[in-house]
Amino acid sequence: MNVVRRGGLGLLAWVTGIVFFLPVAWMALTSFHSEQDAATNPPSFTAALTLDGYREFFGTGGGASPWPALVNSVVASVASTLFVLLLALPAAYALSIRPVKKWTDVLFFFLSTKMLPVVAGLLPIYLFAKNAGMLDNIWLLVILYTSMNLPIAVWMMQSFLAEVPVAIIEAARVDGARLPTILARVVAPIALPGIAATALICFIFSWNELLFARVLTGVVAETAPVFLTGFITSQGLFLAKVCAASLVISLPVLAAGFAAQDKLVQGLSLGAVK
Amino acid sequence: MTATTTAPVAAPPVPTPHGPNARLRAWATRAPLLPALVFMIVVTQLPFVATVVISFFDWNALYPDARRFTGFDNYHQVLTDADLRHSVWTTVLLTGTVVLVSLLLGLALALLLDRRFRGRGVVRTLLIAPFLVVPVAAALLWKHVLYNPEYGLLNGLLHYVGGPQPDWISDTPLLAVEASLVWQWTPFMMLILLAGLQSRDQQQIEAARVDGASDWQIFRHLTLPHLRRYLELGALLGSIYIVQNFDAVFTITSGGLGTANLPYTVYQSFYQAHENGLASAAGVLVVIGSIVIATFALRVVSSLFREEVSRA
Repeated sequence: MNVVRRGGLGLLAWVTGIVFFLPVAWMALTSFHSEQDAATNPPSFTAALTLDGYREFFGTGGGASPWPALVNSVVASVASTLFVLLLALPAAYALSIRPVKKWTDVLFFFLSTKMLPVVAGLLPIYLFAKNAGMLDNIWLLVILYTSMNLPIAVWMMQSFLAEVPVAIIEAARVDGARLPTILARVVAPIALPGIAATALICFIFSWNELLFARVLTGVVAETAPVFLTGFITSQGLFLAKVCAASLVISLPVLAAGFAAQDKLVQGLSLGAVK
Repeated sequence: MTATTTAPVAAPPVPTPHGPNARLRAWATRAPLLPALVFMIVVTQLPFVATVVISFFDWNALYPDARRFTGFDNYHQVLTDADLRHSVWTTVLLTGTVVLVSLLLGLALALLLDRRFRGRGVVRTLLIAPFLVVPVAAALLWKHVLYNPEYGLLNGLLHYVGGPQPDWISDTPLLAVEASLVWQWTPFMMLILLAGLQSRDQQQIEAARVDGASDWQIFRHLTLPHLRRYLELGALLGSIYIVQNFDAVFTITSGGLGTANLPYTVYQSFYQAHENGLASAAGVLVVIGSIVIATFALRVVSSLFREEVSRA
């Protein structure tokens, strides 16, 4: 009886897993169908596979090329992630290894900024950008994405650096090692996996962002999610193209997310859950 | 939020600052923190202050010369305008429904995944996937590929069982947006609750089982109390993210059919209607709502955080 129940619950877990994954699987399958096969009712599960949807998406069919938007997204995500690490690492050091006074208050200040909705500052940022000639400039997004991800990075990094045993640092200091050596030889090897996970999560959030990008960019600095908004209104038979576009643009996030699977929840819960 | 927590590491005691040398040392400790702190204040706090100031002005960007101070007029207008009031209600309804449903589904899934069964890792990976689809792409997927009344997958599957062929987005617009968000956020809730389940005291559960407690009793009296803070955390973080949702509303319904939430309304009132003052007042209202949620969220995070620090 117990065995049956256990098996049944395992089966139930499998079924729900497949149900949740079904839209993603269907998106992948449809992206390889021709537009005619993609738009049938009942759905054609076994239609012939083709790369036409991808050809359409990459603009060989004459539409707008997604490459500038993809390049912009890579620049915005990678550059902002690097800036985040550059600012967060020293800050996390001052909040864990050599903590300042009232370090928990500082930590919670960072967290509280993350709870301020984006729309709260959108208009002044827009007006500032307009007056400073920064509209449609990818570096404005880099700055905003840095501020968006910095609190998450500080929280995650603080917890990773706090795991470095102080005794080792003290021992190295007694042996005459100077601070740069200690950081490079003692702290970095222990904290590196955590830093990598933090970077992946910051990358995901920047890559996904739509509201800032939609309001502050136009033709030149348009990012991949903004490019996707071009598919909001139907354009005849275009399901295969939409699926190809959605899949290609989600691919970096899927890859980064699966790579950082264990740390994903920590990043999303702002460091509260490990 | 006073610093009652013990220092995380056996740091050398910070000397009380007296003498220029000690003060210099205190600043040397603070220095690595300053760039990040200053950056955050400039980029996030200053614009908010500006929003508050603008919210007291009657200011349409198309008529910049007619800008004038109006006190609380914008707030009065936001709170009495039927459309805007409706968007406040939509925000509450959307956030509440999505958080509650994804939390319950997430709890069920976390309980299922907490057991050992063949292919558990694979199922976990399948379940995380919806969360890793770019939000705009996910919204497009639901709008065009699943909901399309003529050849969408949902009606395609209904066709097999001879079911009706509804026009999902037109018939139930808010529900359509909610379903797509529940699909994306359930994995998030599941991950948080799974982490909670796995941090239970296994010995205590074993002891209860030896004493003859049933599965239900263990769940009701041991698991649920332990999970409480994780449930709170999931609900609060989910609320903070979903209150701000823009992508799904913008993509699936473009704010039409009564689905415009506050972020969409703020976006529209300054991006399309150029009503800077009104948009700012609505933005400030979103913030006030968020502060209420955030206060509770910070409390839960700090209690979990204190536990972590004291355990370390």
